[in-house]
Amino acid sequence: MLSDGYISPSSLSLRDLPWRVHWSLEKCTLCGRCTTVCPVHAIELGVFRKRVVETAFGITQEPSNVYKVFYGIRQKTDPAYACIGCGMCSMVCPNDAILAYRSEEADKLRFHINRGGQPRRRGGRRNVPGGILDRIKFIRISMLTDPALDAGRHEFELRTLLGRVLPPEENLRLLKENGWIPPVREIYPLIIGGMSFGALSPTMWEGLQMGVAYLNEELGMPVRMCTGEGGCPPRLLRSRFLKYVILQIASGYFGWDEIIHAIPEMKEDPCAIEIKYGQGAKPGDGGLLMWYKVNKLIAAIRGVPPGVSLPSPPTHQTKYSIEEAVAKMIQSMSMAWGFRVPVYPKISGTSTALAVLNNLTRNPYAAGLAIDGEDGGTGAAYNVSMDHMGHPIASNIRDSYLTLVKLGKQNEIPLFAGGGIGKNGNLAANAAALIMLGASGVQCGKYIMQATAGCLGSESDRCNVCNIGVCPKGITSQDPRLYRRLDPEKVAERLVDVFLAFDTELKKIVAPLGRSTSLPIGMSDALGIDDAAAAERLHIAYVV
Amino acid sequence: MCRLCALTSSEPLSPMKAIEALDVMREGHDGSGVGLFLSDLGGPWEELEGAPILSGIFTNDGLKRLDRFMMEIGFMTKYKLTIKTPKTAPPGVPKRDVYLIRAYELPEEWDSLPQQEIQNRLTGVRLQLRQMGQEKEDMIVFSFWPDCIMIKEIGDPMTVAEYLRLDRKELQARIILAQGRQNTNYAINLYACHPFFIQGIATMTNGENTAFVPIREFLTSRGFPGYVGYQSDSEVFTHILHYMRHFLGLDLEYYKHVITPLQDEVLETHPNGAFLKHIKRSCRRLIIDGPNCVIGCLPDKRLFMVQDRKKLRPGVVGGKPGLYAFSSEMCGLDALIPDRDKSKDVQPMHLDTAIVGPDRREVRLCSQMDTSAPVH
Repeated sequence: MLSDGYISPSSLSLRDLPWRVHWSLEKCTLCGRCTTVCPVHAIELGVFRKRVVETAFGITQEPSNVYKVFYGIRQKTDPAYACIGCGMCSMVCPNDAILAYRSEEADKLRFHINRGGQPRRRGGRRNVPGGILDRIKFIRISMLTDPALDAGRHEFELRTLLGRVLPPEENLRLLKENGWIPPVREIYPLIIGGMSFGALSPTMWEGLQMGVAYLNEELGMPVRMCTGEGGCPPRLLRSRFLKYVILQIASGYFGWDEIIHAIPEMKEDPCAIEIKYGQGAKPGDGGLLMWYKVNKLIAAIRGVPPGVSLPSPPTHQTKYSIEEAVAKMIQSMSMAWGFRVPVYPKISGTSTALAVLNNLTRNPYAAGLAIDGEDGGTGAAYNVSMDHMGHPIASNIRDSYLTLVKLGKQNEIPLFAGGGIGKNGNLAANAAALIMLGASGVQCGKYIMQATAGCLGSESDRCNVCNIGVCPKGITSQDPRLYRRLDPEKVAERLVDVFLAFDTELKKIVAPLGRSTSLPIGMSDALGIDDAAAAERLHIAYVV
Repeated sequence: MCRLCALTSSEPLSPMKAIEALDVMREGHDGSGVGLFLSDLGGPWEELEGAPILSGIFTNDGLKRLDRFMMEIGFMTKYKLTIKTPKTAPPGVPKRDVYLIRAYELPEEWDSLPQQEIQNRLTGVRLQLRQMGQEKEDMIVFSFWPDCIMIKEIGDPMTVAEYLRLDRKELQARIILAQGRQNTNYAINLYACHPFFIQGIATMTNGENTAFVPIREFLTSRGFPGYVGYQSDSEVFTHILHYMRHFLGLDLEYYKHVITPLQDEVLETHPNGAFLKHIKRSCRRLIIDGPNCVIGCLPDKRLFMVQDRKKLRPGVVGGKPGLYAFSSEMCGLDALIPDRDKSKDVQPMHLDTAIVGPDRREVRLCSQMDTSAPVH
């Protein structure tokens, strides 16, 4: 604009944006790949005018100047086109001529991304680096009295149970009387958390499923993956691989018409049914698949018309009270599979988690409780929900476990922790910490996306456009031009890498603690933290 | 690492026999304490059928309080052995007023009670005395049960034994469990001293139970009053055995299946796999971890030894008909029964439970891979 020109309240300069694109005139070949690949059209071909002063030799000729035109990259400052920092431009640049940098001060964009009265919606995470899980240390190292074990050589039993485990007396009594004993699955303690077919692209989903099948069938690791709310592809429902899948039902019931109709044709029971009551990333808010992503395939699987946004209500419509909703849904789901499949609710982390838990302890069909903490991820949510709503997972899990201990029901209702596990890359350490605080296992999504498909999300508001179907890596897009970038075979390979590496790291944690015969659930004497208040809150050692 | 030895003999023996074996194995204990459990008693105790025997350490005031308390609830002394000690205790051994071993006549009104109720009441009395003692620090009570004597003290086993004159003829038993402590706690607490005892079951362990905290949480939440203490991580071994026998009706051959279950792949092809899987799952909270060799005695006078899942601790069983011994070290066994056929010695491995029955004829090995008798 001109120095005396018009500005609107939302006129921003490059300095006001969170991400700035640096571009080098010398290196740029003007190939145009960066502008093509940019998912939000933040950059475009720029035509720049430049004045060149020309001074001649000698004194006879007057110095003169010429105006020249040159071409390059221009970054848009319109809030609708602000750079998201994904860095795809530099990935495609043949000459490393372009790079997106994070602005050094807080951006002004945040005050303007609510045009039309629509608050910011995005995918991703809470964008708060750090967290308590990374600060928990494993302090009970076996020395002399009980020699540390060898993570590479010894036998380890690192599996967990999903399903209602009866008290030993009760279990043996029912066995004798031929009574109904709730189904229990022995699974790997790291579960791939619910990411729906629809939220994820077909290639991503296929890749994960292939990886899970390989882990189970070739490597003997009973890894399970939750579908999230979005149904399940019909062929998978009718295949033997269904036993590796946890089917999720949430308040929109998307995809359940298809699932219920497939029951008579199922070759195997699913691993479990997860009833989603809440999600850590947007607690108390329903699911959301924005219309951009609802193509024909997704619409067919979910049983809806294409091209419309699919919000799930914040609550199940059957919900009158906790007894009604939980008890009825758990029972109906159990009944649908002849009481052979564990059914458990998933809630978002909340200060009222204990009320839910206490209720479940009195429900003989409740197979567990998954709690998703505030650091969970999502494909689409309001920014305010993601940033400000929710409860951290550590104290929620700890309180729940200690309540169960008081009731003598610890591990009878297995607790599964989610939300922020591995958010800073420390997947095994975070998982082990939660297990020793009392979780029977952990659910993880973001780390899996980052490690298996190269998701660009970080804790500094990078990319985060999963909601509008423009994922530059093709992970959360339903646009074939984008999801073709992702090779499902490679995703499967990476998933196997991730689980094998996790397994080794978990052994490297439990072996020095002298544990190998069973997963050290609730082994809180092994934990310490350098924060007295946190130590007191979590009932673990304070170490400095 | 502590040193353990246990004897089962047709003829009553002096506990000195076991102390001598501990002395041979002295490289492995630091003289920080000794614990003895005697059962299938000989001598004067033999005629006291059914009379519970209280074992403990008392101050003079504590003894008076004990007498008042026991009188009040209707227990009459039937027989006693009071160990009075010389004025000065040897270095490293604390000076106590009275070591008491006293058999009581049950209160008359208990006569009509069912056996189970009597047992629970005996446990209740022991726990009450223990609590009274902890309040005023004037009594330490180890056991209160028929045909069981326990002695524990801080100090080198041989020094303590000589100081207490354990070679006295009134003190003889056919079953003796002895442990020489290698102290791994900072403060030496006699309640942390092996063997541990509950309702006729005694076990002692050479090792470290790294799964202690979750197991303790499980046991204390069972609502059974006897599941208290846990000054040592090894106490849970005794209580797990008690729990599975009393609450689950499972016998000794299932002990290993509870504390170190087989892996799922093995259970798939195991003849008892389906049943064992139920035990594995519902008793998951009782799975032990870390290096452990457990030697124990059951109320029916069977002695046994089991190892942890990886067999990280030594342990040997051997002997001859009429006399068998369990020892954490070969040299201990050699000291106890030098004239045995060594080729028949057994070192139980990671799946085994070595058992010597009250007939003392042989060492029976049962493996987790065996088809066990159905429980119900």
